[in-house]
Amino acid sequence: MNSTIVSYLSQFDGHKKFIAFLSEVLGFDATALIAFLVFLIASIVVVKVMALVGGMGTYAERKISADIQMRQGPNRVGPFGLLQFLADGVKMIMKEDVLPKNADKLLFTIAPLMALVGVFGSLAVVPFSSGFILTDLNVGVFYLIGVSSLVGVAIFLGGYSSNSKWSMLGGMRGASQIISYEVPVTLSILAIVILAGGLSFSTLVNAQGGLPHQWYVLHNPFTFIGFFVFFIGALAETNRAPFDLPEAESELVSGYHTEYTGMRFGFFALAEYIEVFVVCGVAVAAFLGGYKVPFDLGTGDFLVNTLHLPPIIGKNIGQFLQIGSFVTKTLLLYYVVIWIRWTFPRLRVDHLMTLCWKYLTPIALFNLVGCAVWLYAFDGHSIWELFSQMTAGSHGGGH
Amino acid sequence: MSSPNLDVYMPIIILMAIGVIAVVGALLVGKLIRPHNPNALKESPYECGEEPIGSAWSNFNVRFYVVSLIFIIFDVEGALMFPVAAVFRRFNEIGEGGVLLGSLLLFILVLVLGIVYCWKKGDLDWVKSFQLSDEQIKQLNNVKES
Repeated sequence: MNSTIVSYLSQFDGHKKFIAFLSEVLGFDATALIAFLVFLIASIVVVKVMALVGGMGTYAERKISADIQMRQGPNRVGPFGLLQFLADGVKMIMKEDVLPKNADKLLFTIAPLMALVGVFGSLAVVPFSSGFILTDLNVGVFYLIGVSSLVGVAIFLGGYSSNSKWSMLGGMRGASQIISYEVPVTLSILAIVILAGGLSFSTLVNAQGGLPHQWYVLHNPFTFIGFFVFFIGALAETNRAPFDLPEAESELVSGYHTEYTGMRFGFFALAEYIEVFVVCGVAVAAFLGGYKVPFDLGTGDFLVNTLHLPPIIGKNIGQFLQIGSFVTKTLLLYYVVIWIRWTFPRLRVDHLMTLCWKYLTPIALFNLVGCAVWLYAFDGHSIWELFSQMTAGSHGGGH
Repeated sequence: MSSPNLDVYMPIIILMAIGVIAVVGALLVGKLIRPHNPNALKESPYECGEEPIGSAWSNFNVRFYVVSLIFIIFDVEGALMFPVAAVFRRFNEIGEGGVLLGSLLLFILVLVLGIVYCWKKGDLDWVKSFQLSDEQIKQLNNVKES
């Protein structure tokens, strides 16, 4: 068992003492057992928190849309309607589960499961802090791109297995849209991989700093454009408006989940909202500095040295600052995603394909070349470092 | 934290298992409390109140096929570029970046040629437009008259 969270915990004395104590009681080496338990608890916490994030996402979506349209939004269940998503969840569980007679029953059952498993699988590599990544794979980016396409498969299966014309059209559109937009997303994240020199998310984040000018989005002009290409592509991959053609309610009734009722429909919705969070998290990790806190507060060294806190407290406060930094940036991006949904009209399907293949893909290829040449020409220095070198050089020449 | 062992993938299996358990568990709990009164109308596919005609499993439009073909080319080439991208920085630090940059540019050139070819052929257009020559129009008119 090799998980970043386990290795983070194992640096503390208390953890070692506890393992030694437990090994004595049980009569065998408890290291692997504790690692397993720690990981199990951590993943259950992450899954539950993410389910909460998905639920709050539906609430935030309605509240923000209400705000934009000058309405009240949900305000009956709980304070400010905060418990609305719980009421919805209970309602969905109590709804009848209709299985269409002509449907492919096995695929119909598997599809929502696949969507949620794909999303949960991609949660494994989201870097919440330097110590709290469920597993920091050395091929993290590659893994994430692979696993998140499970959702695309699920959407297509859901549409195909329903044996309804609306679902079928939604599924076909969904499949072609998701695979098309995977190309610019992959290419623009590849540019970041070139600059950072590694595929794991910790490499991507550690190559950046806490302050905005140390982020990859402001590293050079190519990454600046690349961020927007990635973000647009990510919106399309998660089927968010203005790219929500697979579930366009004005033309396809409800798209790929027309035939789904109750909890199964709920899983598709939950998967969508969690996937938006994951995608925003990846955008933050790759372009917006990830979990880095300004002035290196996140390592805890500053707190330990100046406030004379014991290292264990300083380190853990640092971790919480890192998680706070990551989650704040991610939720801000989440807000932007919802904001975009309620601001822009839906694209037409041919415009969607034109945008992907004739604009985003060439731009992403151009950015990839640009980043590779930039790394070769300037040894990976950011544009700000080059500016400061230039001004320093000109001062030196003046003397 | 990179390890050559496959241990690192164990957490993913556990996470996915938790996902499966959560989904199946919620469905099973729901089964205890939700009603179950199926009837023929409820089980028929939704077609805006009309009686559904035929099966929805029809042939795909050929456009989707073309899109997926182009996608496969790009995705495979993207996947092949990942290893090069991952080691590019390290090679650059020891002064061997030029070789990698050259091969990367060559590789991307092939991709660009591919997209230019598709573009010229009109395969990137969702609605493929084509111009009939005057002779073809004449022929069509002849067919109509006869």
